Amino acid sequence: MILSLHIWLIPLLPLAGFLLNGILGSRLPRWLVSTIGLLAPFLSFVLVLNAYALTSYSAVALPYVETFPHPWIAIGGLRADFSFFLDPLSLVMLLVVTGVGFLIHIYSVGYMAHEEGYARYFSFLNLFLFFMTVLVLAGNVLLLFVGWEGVGLASYLLIGFWFQKPSAAAAGKKAFIVNRIGDFGFLIGIFLILANFGTLNFAQIAQVLTLKAAWHGGVLTAICLCLLVGAAGKSAQLPLYVWLPDAMEGPTPVSALIHAATMVTAGVYMIARTHFLFDRAPIALAIVAIVGAATAIFAATIALAQTDIKRVLAYSTISQLGYMFLACGVAAYSAAIFHLVTHAFFKALLFLAAGSVIHAMGGEQDMRKMGGLRKKIPVTFWTMTIAVFTIAGFPPLAAFFSKDAILYAAFVSGSGGVFLWLVGLLTALLTSLYMFRLWYMTFFGELRTADAHPHESPRSMRAPLIILALLSICGGWIGIESFSAYLAPSVGLHPAVSSFPHLELILTAFAVLAALEGWLIADKYYRRKTERPAQLAAALPAGYTLLANKYYVDEIYDAVLVKPLFNFSRYFLGWVVDTGILGGIAWLLAGSANLSGAILQRWQSGNLRSYAAWLTAAAAVILLFVFHASIGSYLGARGIDVQLNLHWMGH
Amino acid sequence: MSFLHHDVPLTWYLLLSAALFSLGVVGFLIKRNIITVFMSIELMLNAVNLSFVVFAYQWHEVKGQIFVFFVMMVAAAEAAVGLAIIIAVFRVRATLAVDRINLMKL
Repeated sequence: MILSLHIWLIPLLPLAGFLLNGILGSRLPRWLVSTIGLLAPFLSFVLVLNAYALTSYSAVALPYVETFPHPWIAIGGLRADFSFFLDPLSLVMLLVVTGVGFLIHIYSVGYMAHEEGYARYFSFLNLFLFFMTVLVLAGNVLLLFVGWEGVGLASYLLIGFWFQKPSAAAAGKKAFIVNRIGDFGFLIGIFLILANFGTLNFAQIAQVLTLKAAWHGGVLTAICLCLLVGAAGKSAQLPLYVWLPDAMEGPTPVSALIHAATMVTAGVYMIARTHFLFDRAPIALAIVAIVGAATAIFAATIALAQTDIKRVLAYSTISQLGYMFLACGVAAYSAAIFHLVTHAFFKALLFLAAGSVIHAMGGEQDMRKMGGLRKKIPVTFWTMTIAVFTIAGFPPLAAFFSKDAILYAAFVSGSGGVFLWLVGLLTALLTSLYMFRLWYMTFFGELRTADAHPHESPRSMRAPLIILALLSICGGWIGIESFSAYLAPSVGLHPAVSSFPHLELILTAFAVLAALEGWLIADKYYRRKTERPAQLAAALPAGYTLLANKYYVDEIYDAVLVKPLFNFSRYFLGWVVDTGILGGIAWLLAGSANLSGAILQRWQSGNLRSYAAWLTAAAAVILLFVFHASIGSYLGARGIDVQLNLHWMGH
Repeated sequence: MSFLHHDVPLTWYLLLSAALFSLGVVGFLIKRNIITVFMSIELMLNAVNLSFVVFAYQWHEVKGQIFVFFVMMVAAAEAAVGLAIIIAVFRVRATLAVDRINLMKL
């Protein structure tokens, strides 16, 4: 007998949680809402662990597929199933999504305790987990797209959770619309795949490519570029990253779960999932690497000048996602996924710790008003410290291993590799710098607000922090070699190997030095000489304002895209098409109906006898016509001229 | 067999029918009392009935006589509904003059 893993339950349990809390939640007591909301991801996590255990002891072979017996879509040659596909890649993703997701659910119980719409929050969070697990488990591109759109929806709903706040509602809309642009590219990519492969199933696409070993570039490049547009939208890469910083309007656990740990990494996952296409399209792959590197350093520079603690982390997320794209672009998919995993740990931790800080400060997010929180909230401080050292890349913490793997893969990746590596190294330095800046501004010095009374967060918030801190420390110890060996059935082995001895060690030394340098600069500017940053900003006003205003990208998009589109909609579509053409036609129709009504109503005298007279007259006229015709034919048959004196009556 | 005298030709019956029908039409058009109007309608119906019967006799067809039953049935139903309406109208308007019952006029 073949063991069933029942992976179909992994998405369905959160869906059940969503339905229960969504429909009944407002009438249930809070403890029951929390129980339902926590039980669903917990059971999913248990199922994933079960799947992991059974597959790693070879009780079940990977890849493992579960397909709903009835096809979802079967039109002509197109066939799409509800098929769930479990291989090492999706298993790793599932562990992260349900594991970190469950921790963040726990944290939310404490963080959202005093909020209205508690049940709504948990139902949306469960909805997100449902779509995310569908996305990860999808066995074909179309099902992946369903999950992809679904997480976008959940993200929109949760960014706008406080929809009474105009900025939150606007941020939700912005995220949704920018993601539509990416999804447009993704859809074109799906259509191109369907047109060229005749199937949407990942395994079958890979099979077709194996059969046609010589097929490179051409339409594959087009497909990959379309997929890249989709990935760039979802994973907030240049030029579609603008929605992510605004998405910080949502509750902080949402930022941790959706906009740091899981959803935004869907683009990376998608590229790794379709790596067989990207492997055959070197140009697209190079563009992925360039986009990733550019995003990494671009976002890191912006993060330097932000004062909102969550926005720093948002730009940091964009920058780290850039690293992952860079790794994908040099075909080091396992390094990308490795960084995805460690990033999920430390970035979720950073966000949750930042949430704890915000909670302690009573909702204050401006770092300029914080400071000296080290003693007040020790658990938050220590977990945040671990996270900061992790993201900066100090050994032996998790990101040290994954970032190292990416930088190494970039360095050995061929002609442009050294350049990519340099950008990555510089980004590492900047990362360290802005993270330690955040650390010093938040926890050191004196508290810069008089009326704040910082207090440590409740246990339900501290526990996830501590677990994530442990994961941030140990998450990388598995090492890139064994990690890529595990992932090899899904994404292939790490291709590039250097002939130069000790190269990896030298590159590692560079990376650690960069991190150390960043720390030293931050230490000097934000601890010992706190007046220096302001002086520097005054000395370089152009540079500082450029960074503080995020390179004016939002303003440029607004002027170049949003405003013209808005004006086109309002003036041309609104006034000319809607009011002029459509409104004119409607007016004409209504007017003609009115006019004919006004004419015809004169016949409606309301007098019974006049109706009767009309009736009789009409009957008489009809009778005369019939009479005339029959007399005519009767006489005509006898050869008599029918032009009788009846003639005057008929006409 | 038959109770109609064979010497009376078909045309006479039809002329009688037409005369009755015309009387009905004229009464329908010129009378103001709604009950008279109603009776005029009955007259027209019965004029038609007469021609049905005559044609049925002439062509030895039973269909015409069946039609007469239908017409009588409809007339009975119409009388029931019509008289009910007339009573209702009279209660509200206290008049039976058709040209004063003109609420539907715009």
